[in-house]
Order: sequence, then C-alpha cells, then structure tokens
Amino acid sequence: MRADEPAADGPTRLVVGPFNRVEGDLEVRLDVAGGRVEGAFVSSPLFRGFERILEGRDPRDALVIAPRICGICSVSQSHAAALALAGVEGIVPTANGRTATNLLVATENVADHLTHFHVFFMPDFARALYADRPWFSTAEARFKAAQGTAVRAALQVRATLLHVIGLLGGRWPHSLAIQPGGVTRGADARDQMRLVATLGAVRQGLEERLFGAPLEAIAALSDPADLARLRQGTSDLALFLAIAEDLELAGLGRAYDRYLSYGAYPGADGPLYARGTFAGGVPGSLDTALIAEDHTNARMEGRGRAHHPFDGFTLPDAADEDGYSWCKAPRLGGAPYETGAVARQMVDGQPLVRALVAAGGGSVFVRVVARLVETARTLIAMEQWVRALEPGAPWCAQGTMPREGRAAGLTEAARGALGHWLRVVDGRIASYQIIAPTTWNFSPRDQAGVPGPLEAALVGAPVRQGETTPVSVQHIVRSFDPCMVCTVH
Amino acid sequence: MADGFNILWVQSGGCGGCTMSLLCAEAPDLAATLSSAGIRMLWHPTLSEETGAEALAVFDRILTGAVRLDALCVEGAMLRGPNNTGRFHILAGTGVPTIEWVRRLAACAEHVVAVGTCAAYGGVTAAGVNPTDACGLQYDGRHEGGALGAAFRSRSGLPVINVAGCPTHPNWITETLMLLAAGLLRAEDLDTYRRPRFYADHLVHHGCPRNEFYEYKASAVKLSDLGCMMEHLGCVGTQAHADCNTRLWNGEGSCTRGGYACINCTAPEFEEPGHAFLETPKLAGIPIGLPTDMPKAWFVALSSLAKAATPERLRRNAVSDHVVTPPAVRDPRGR
Ligand code: SF4
Ligand code: SF4
Repeated sequence: MRADEPAADGPTRLVVGPFNRVEGDLEVRLDVAGGRVEGAFVSSPLFRGFERILEGRDPRDALVIAPRICGICSVSQSHAAALALAGVEGIVPTANGRTATNLLVATENVADHLTHFHVFFMPDFARALYADRPWFSTAEARFKAAQGTAVRAALQVRATLLHVIGLLGGRWPHSLAIQPGGVTRGADARDQMRLVATLGAVRQGLEERLFGAPLEAIAALSDPADLARLRQGTSDLALFLAIAEDLELAGLGRAYDRYLSYGAYPGADGPLYARGTFAGGVPGSLDTALIAEDHTNARMEGRGRAHHPFDGFTLPDAADEDGYSWCKAPRLGGAPYETGAVARQMVDGQPLVRALVAAGGGSVFVRVVARLVETARTLIAMEQWVRALEPGAPWCAQGTMPREGRAAGLTEAARGALGHWLRVVDGRIASYQIIAPTTWNFSPRDQAGVPGPLEAALVGAPVRQGETTPVSVQHIVRSFDPCMVCTVH
Repeated sequence: MADGFNILWVQSGGCGGCTMSLLCAEAPDLAATLSSAGIRMLWHPTLSEETGAEALAVFDRILTGAVRLDALCVEGAMLRGPNNTGRFHILAGTGVPTIEWVRRLAACAEHVVAVGTCAAYGGVTAAGVNPTDACGLQYDGRHEGGALGAAFRSRSGLPVINVAGCPTHPNWITETLMLLAAGLLRAEDLDTYRRPRFYADHLVHHGCPRNEFYEYKASAVKLSDLGCMMEHLGCVGTQAHADCNTRLWNGEGSCTRGGYACINCTAPEFEEPGHAFLETPKLAGIPIGLPTDMPKAWFVALSSLAKAATPERLRRNAVSDHVVTPPAVRDPRGR
C-alpha cells in the first residue's frame, strides 16, 4: 500500500491492497475524514480478456474456455455457458441432466459458502486488534487464518463435499461434465448411494460444528428472535452471532437494499430460488432487456453509451488514465443492484432474511446470515435431488449447433447473478459478453456518478486512528464474498 | 529444514483454480501435509491473515534478505501487455506490475515453481488473440523464454519447475514442494517441459476405465456414452502426460471417468488444439493424433482387427450411458 497522502484539500486518501482472502486481486481507494470513509473507489487491477479469447471459436469451446475464467465458480461459469449454448441449439436437458447439473452447481455454491465463512471472512476476528474482546480467545483458536480448528475442519468437510463433483462431474474445478443437453456421466445405483453417504457426512459436519442445530432448523428460521436463540451453545454460528452483536455488524456496510436474482436450480415447476428483483421494499419481476453496461469509469472503449450485453464489447483502452477499474458498470434500468445469497433469499421471500433487511437494511451481518441459511436450504434440496436421479433413464440430450443464433445463459453462482450472452455468426462465436456477480457488486461509478453497491456500502465505515487497512472496510468488502477474477474476466 | 521451508505464493493472470484445487488436498489435509514436511507459507493470497500494508511488508522482508525465500510459487500467467508495460495486472496497492514483482522476487528465491499451466506456459489466458500478451514464467507456449527468460536459473541452479495442469492436482503441488523441501528434486527429475516426472511420466490413458473399450475400438459417439472417447470425442489421454486415472481427483474422479475427453491440460498450448476440443480431427477416417509411441500403420492395422473382434457387450455398452449388456457370468472352473 502506498503511504497515505492527504488529498488536495481535506480528507486523507488511503490506497488499500493487495486485499487478500478474497478471490483475485482488489484495490480500494478510500477518502477518509473524521474517522469515517467519505468516499470509496473500487478497482479491479487484473484484466485477462476472456470475452476476446472466446471470439472466433467454435461455440462449443465455450464450455472449455469460460469455466477457466474462475477457479472458485468454474461450475457456475460452465452452467451459464451450457445454458447459452442450449438456447442457441434450442434443446432442453434431460430430467437426469437437469437434476445432476443442479447437484453440481449446488455443490460448488455450498463449498463456496463454507470457504467464504471459514477461510475468508471469520479469520479477521482472530486478529490481534480484537484481543480485548470477550470472544477473542475462542475466535483465535477456531478461526486463526489457515490454522484455526474450525478452518481446518471446514476444509475437510469441503473436500468431502466436492466428492459429489468428483463422482458426477469428473473433477473440480474445471469439469466439462455440464453440457447443453444434460451431463456426461450417468450415475448408477452405487453412485447414488455414494452421494447419499457423502451428503450425509457433510450434513453431520455442519450440524455438529457450524450450526449446532439440524439443517431443517436453520432453513426454517423466520424470525430474528429465533436466530438470537442460536447464540446459546458452542457452534461457529453462535460465535459469529456473539461477535456480530458486539461489533454491531448489522449496522455496517449497507448498500442500496436493491437486489436481483436470475433464479437458481431450475426444476420441473420452476427454480428452487425464485427469479426477480427486490427494490424499494417490494419484490418485482426481472426484465433482462433493461440490463446495460456503462464504461464511463472502466478502462474500456465505448464510453458514449451503455450497452446491452448482446450489443456489448470488451476493448481495453490501455492508454486511458481516467478510468479507475477494468470492471464495467452493469445497471438494471439504470440503477446499481446487489446480488448474492442475500439477493436470492430476498427475492425468494425467505422470511428471516426479509425481516432482517426490513429492520436494518442489508448489512455485513445479513449477508453472512443469508449465506448460512442458504447453505442449509440448499443441502436439504441436494439430498432430495440425489434421490430423484434415475439410473437407466437418459442423461444427456444431443443437439446441433446452428450457424447463426443468439441466447443468454443466466444462472446463480455463490456470489450472485451470472450471465453469459452469446452470439453465433457463421458457426463461430461472434461475441460473448459476461456479467459476473462481482461485476454488479464491485461496479465502479457510472456516467451519472452513481457508485456501485460496494462503493456505496463503504461510505460511513469507521476508520480507527492510524489504520492503513481499516478493518471495518475489510469486513464490508469480504461480506460480499467478491471474486475479482470473474469481475473483469 | 529445522527452521522450515519458506514459501511465498503470488497470483497473476489465472483463475485462482490451482489454489482452490490445493485446498481439496485430503488424507492428510493440506495443513497436516505441509506442516509435517516443514513447509511454511510466508504469505498466500487466500490463506494468510495479512492484507494490504502487512502483506507488502512480507514482500519487503524477502527482497531485503531479512527472510529466506525457499520457494516462490506463482499461479497464473505473466501479463506482458499492453505494449510490454505489464499494466494489465498491477499488484494492488503498489502501482507496480505483478510481472515486475515476480522478476524481483524470483531473483531472491532458492526455487521458482510455476503452479498450473498458465504460470508454466501461458495456458488459457494466452489463448485466442492473447489480449494481454500472456506467457509463462519460463515458457511462452512451447518455446523457452517467458517472463524470466530462457537462461533463468533460481539460486538452487534449477530452472522454473512447471507443476502444469489446468488446474493442477493438489498432490502434484504438495509432492513437488515436499521433494524440494527434502532436497530431493534434481534437474533430471523434470521432463522435457520441466514438469515433475513423478506425475508426468504417466499417461492419462493408464488406468482409464474405458481401456477395455479402447482395446476393441468400441467408441463413444456422443457425450455420456461409456465407450472410448478417442475416436470421436477428442480424447487425447493416450498422449497426455499425467496420472489422472491412477491418482484420482476429488475422491474418485477424473476427466474420462466424468465422461468427457482428456484435453491434455498439462501440456503447453493445450488451449489451442486447432479444432473443437470435444471433437477428434481425422484424416481419411483415422484420428490425426495417434497414441504416443505407436507407429501409424500399426495403429490402423490393429484398430481394424480390433473392430472386427469387438464383443457384442462392448459394442452395445460403448454407445449407452449405462451398462446395458453385463459381462456374462461363467463358472470360474471353465466348465
Ligand atoms: S477415453 Fe481416452 S484415456 Fe480413456 S481409454 Fe479412451 S483414449 Fe484412453
Ligand atoms: S485427464 Fe487430461 S484434461 Fe483432465 S486433468 Fe488430467 S491431463 Fe488434464
């Protein structure tokens, strides 16, 4: 980090980075005055250009290239690509294929939630600066980075959970199993029982250590008072609730309380988690025609107007010095939206998450709670999906790629709404535009100067005397579970 | 080894997947594996406590020699663009391109380890038009050179060690680091592309459950079929250097066990096969890429013989997504 320099007149400017325990590289510029953040500028300093890499290829190759955008949500990237290809081919996956795909995507999402809580987020509370807090010694023993007992135990549960992908999808990350028509590997009766055993072990691990309660009890939480009762006991959740109360995490990191979700885990009767928006205190439907990316503060050509992804392009403007990020600014109907577990649960109407946001807005606290509730809900659904697999019935429908066509593939990664917009011309990829969840959350300012959700959430964050990398800023940033490699691809 | 084997881990133009794969290490888990070998992370972007200024202080202590750096692990390609400025990846908080940080740190390192195919050869980040002018640490695709130059040798005298794979298997990394920490990895333990031979001297084809189908050229024709994927679905397991089917992934997986082709992700330039990945290019009906070490005439002769002799069971199962014809049950005494 560069020495803090006073900005020309007034606030002190801090440049914070490299930001670790997030996926990828992140820099945050803060204007600080009177012990609070006054303005924040979020920058993604790594550009690889996957959208350009995809152009000109055989469309089917998107299934190899696009997952490699990201090692933490490669299955979600793969799913979005498969959906886009399926849209162009005009095929629907088999029932087994859809169920197995849901299992693969859900496995990665739950693994991500566990990684986030134990490896990325909680270790901050085991840092020496909290040594005077009553919960510190417990937090240190359990959550010290890389060494804490809970961190190590969670990594073991995660490794076990990822056996689901080993079995159904070959390996993780960068599986090629998800295809437009389903999946490449059919499970037999033995596989089905291995999956039951694997998910059973994961359930047991989480109920014993993370939740201290049955998954069903977590999934059914509806009232903040029920949640407060889980403070009793020695679970990781109880520890988090104690810390959150002491540090008032419910008052930290509120953005716009405006949410969007593409809907997750398609089923015969619609998705497990609904598609839609939640803004101004009310749910609404989602019109993806209103999505556009603004390049004003991105180091990208095409600043004149915002682009719908079917009409977008990614041409870095290397000479540019005004833009402060490689990240474009996605907007829905011109407004920034937050996405992620909290958005999915808000849109889906999960009562606890709705109640918490209604009471104090979407905060660091609510983002973490939403992920935990979602973890329980998703695992329960996964157990049902495993039983719904039908060995012997078809796994993968076959399609043919037409010479021309376009389609969007919209899915939910752990950190939120992920969309791929594909145009095929003359049998080749003519354009491939991607909006990743963190692109929404960590967007720079747009043409109207409106900050992205994280930039907004950081305003007001307390900065302690002498802090160069304010810990409150770290909590807020990590509460979004950002994936910076996805952000600008 | 008394005071430990110090690692610094840096990420650049990659996807973080090699780190995510590393966290899948099990039996024993990552922490136990590393600590029992005396391996210590000075800093790792995913695992460490230090962020921002504290993290940069670790870099500083290495550069000034206050802390010994036994291995610099780099994940992700080196981005030379735009126009050789390296500005497509500035290390956050420093204003300095990551490629420059890597050059400085590599000069202090006893060993330099490229983790994954991007860091080794450029990988998928260098695919297509290669918008960022990406390359590997000591290779640019198949050619020596890369960010550190062909002549580079770390303090130990070894070139960059390429733990290639997209991503790498967790054990490929841990075993490489353990060998280095134990002083047991020599130049001759690396193959032509400087991959550790303990995994690169195997072929993916070894131990593939589709071997019986391969023998009879009973081929899968569509994804989800059980047959061998070499003839129609792009599998290059007979040429790919890795032990994926004898050392499994995530419990019991591998690409071919998952029902899709091996695309040779441990090799330089795997990202540009010159055809669709899951399609086998053919000349006069014969796959162009034939098994390593096999004369073409032999392959052609053997496959037509094998095809003529394919048992009905394999012929039918090869094109089905589950076993439709089980092996016959015979009295083991042969009566
Ligand atoms: S599918 Fe690939 S690795 Fe398996 S037997 Fe066939 S050629 Fe070998
Ligand atoms: S089977 Fe082939 S493509 Fe798959 S991980 Fe191994 S080397 Fe890579």
